[in-house]
Amino acid sequence: MEKNTSHINPLENEAIYIIREVAAQFEKPVLLFSGGKDSITLVRLAQKAFYPAKIPFPLMHIDTGHNFPETIEFRDRLVKELDLELIVRNVQDSIDEGKVKEESGKYASRNALQTTTLLDAIAEFKFDACIGGARRDEEKARAKERIFSVRDDFGQWDEKNQRPELFDMLNGQIELGQNVRVFPISNWTELDVWSYIEKEDIEIPSIYFAHKRQIFLRDGLIWSVKDGIVYRDESEEILEKVVRFRTVGDMSCTAAVFSEASDVATVVKEIRVSTISERGARIDDKRSEAAMEKRKQQGYF
Amino acid sequence: MNDLKESIKIKKSTKKGHYINLPTSKDKVEMGLLKIATAGSVDDGKSTLIGRILYDTKSLTTDKLEAIEKTSKQKGYDYLDFSLATDGLVAEREQGITIDVAHIYFSTKTKSYIIADTPGHIEYTRNMVTGASTSQAAIILIDARKGVIEQTNRHFFINNLLRIKEVIVAINKMDLVDFSEEKYNAIKADFQELMSKRDYQDQKITFIPVSALKGDNVVNKSNHTPWYQGQTLLEHLEIIDNQDIYNRGTPRFPIQYIIRPKTNEFHDYRGYAGKVYGGELNVGDEIVVLPSQTKSKIKEIYFYDKKYQTASRRSSVTITLEDNINISRGDMIVKVNDLPTINKQFTATVSWMDSKKLFIGEKYVLQHGVNKVLAKVDTIHHVINPDYSGINPDVNGLGINDIASVTFKLNKPIFYDVFKNHRTNGSFILIDMQSNNTVGVGFIQ
Repeated sequence: MEKNTSHINPLENEAIYIIREVAAQFEKPVLLFSGGKDSITLVRLAQKAFYPAKIPFPLMHIDTGHNFPETIEFRDRLVKELDLELIVRNVQDSIDEGKVKEESGKYASRNALQTTTLLDAIAEFKFDACIGGARRDEEKARAKERIFSVRDDFGQWDEKNQRPELFDMLNGQIELGQNVRVFPISNWTELDVWSYIEKEDIEIPSIYFAHKRQIFLRDGLIWSVKDGIVYRDESEEILEKVVRFRTVGDMSCTAAVFSEASDVATVVKEIRVSTISERGARIDDKRSEAAMEKRKQQGYF
Repeated sequence: MNDLKESIKIKKSTKKGHYINLPTSKDKVEMGLLKIATAGSVDDGKSTLIGRILYDTKSLTTDKLEAIEKTSKQKGYDYLDFSLATDGLVAEREQGITIDVAHIYFSTKTKSYIIADTPGHIEYTRNMVTGASTSQAAIILIDARKGVIEQTNRHFFINNLLRIKEVIVAINKMDLVDFSEEKYNAIKADFQELMSKRDYQDQKITFIPVSALKGDNVVNKSNHTPWYQGQTLLEHLEIIDNQDIYNRGTPRFPIQYIIRPKTNEFHDYRGYAGKVYGGELNVGDEIVVLPSQTKSKIKEIYFYDKKYQTASRRSSVTITLEDNINISRGDMIVKVNDLPTINKQFTATVSWMDSKKLFIGEKYVLQHGVNKVLAKVDTIHHVINPDYSGINPDVNGLGINDIASVTFKLNKPIFYDVFKNHRTNGSFILIDMQSNNTVGVGFIQ
């Protein structure tokens, strides 16, 4: 079914309004930057919100050490080109300090471990608002998340006790120790983001486009070959295929899709006719029906 | 996105730099998005209706559809349980009910839709008010076997209170009453009786007989209702004209944030960032800044790095003024001849949302747009029964889900319009000073 994008302008205006509310209502906001297309879109929206002034808060990347090298290279270039302030905190440090334990086995991933590193970084810098690129269309539990979502001292999400959000009014009043997760592109769909990237001519990491990659197949998903990071049985045969990534997380929890789409316009066309949801390629969500909700209660983004 | 580019017209200006018109309400940019609130009692089939719309518009992705098929089979159903597409939280799946507002997205060739799926049972009135506050249209579900019940009155009352312009009354489960025209007409007549009691008479109301479970008149026309000549639910949504779905008034520009780059290029730049409500603002407009009452003219309108001649309703722009005035967050820019009411006291219809009661003499933070003041409850006049059964003047505080007429006194004046003239500038929220929670919403009378 064909999807129109003519409403993108109201969504952009809404996102800019939300980002400005964060700068006005909080003392130490931060933009959580993953190097994925949604957080790159947030950076553009933040630029628009404050032009001709600079973005009045830093970016923070929680680096699992399992990122695609292309994402890290892109991150560093973006920060330099736009003259942004970037904070990086590493999951490896949390492991070395004995705060979290590396998962083992076939489905080992550092995705869940990020939460501890994130909460520690929030406490370290005393961040009171963390802006993130989560969207309600991504996943069922996220569909219920507020735009300003209050977290307690433990970073926990109390889904039954969320503040009502009326009209455009955002209530960012919190106690010391609490923080707010803010989702300016809550109401955008995957296609809205891609259409925006196309219209705005925003550069994104190369792994979003078709490229040759060594992969193997497991559980009907396409896994990247990366020794030491992605576990692979010897029986799982290495293939070289043309693939791209629809969503970008860690190498150990992001599956590729077979695709020839080599530019944004072709990607937009591909998504319009796709019958698989974006998070269908997230290995972490496949664990159980309530996987996301459980992680969110524990303080996951 | 081409719509935006096409709608931008270059306009010649006598001033330096070129000005562009921001898209106005007539352009397509605002026509594409429709937010709909849904209301229905437990078991009226609301989630099933939404699931059905998603299924019939082919908006469910293969993996979601597979998950629905799998779970339906596990539960031993001989049909697809579409409600599983929307009920997101674990507790909901366990209890089989919707307990919070969920947002569902789908689009057709003409429009993109956001559905706010709000729960229908009495104790969650606050969620219904919340969902309706950001919607331009509403669907009220009625179980054809039960007809108009007390809950229906409440759902209609809230949609009317919040001045939702378009209401669709979907009479559901028609398959269980043999698609009876008499039954449909009887329910319609009962509902029309309610309509005569409503305060907001301009609301447009459309009745549609549907079966969400079987798919009759939801997206596709039913063979079972030859007596019904109207449109299907989706057909009706498709023709709703977004141009007049947003309530209009006079322009109000609450200042959100002051932009002072202090760079060499923009050394003296002082920009006022905010969202335009109610009407448009133009370069050259003579304006007044409230509360200082200082007059000036709009010098420039920026959206990102481009200058525009017109800032349309709901656009997040940055404005500069001809004169150097001291302005801070919460101040408001309005046109010289269009002043709002400036007052330290007013009466509002309040919808209370917290288990901690509201009492006379209590103080709250009152957030009006982006402006915050302190408010004291002066008088609770009466509680309004939200089912059109009248008022109750004998009040001792407001409990959760109460709706009442309340007079507040403020520590500083605010600049407001009455809600019926201006949805944005006529509404406010109340924040508890201990818990910081949003505990109520008010509509200024």
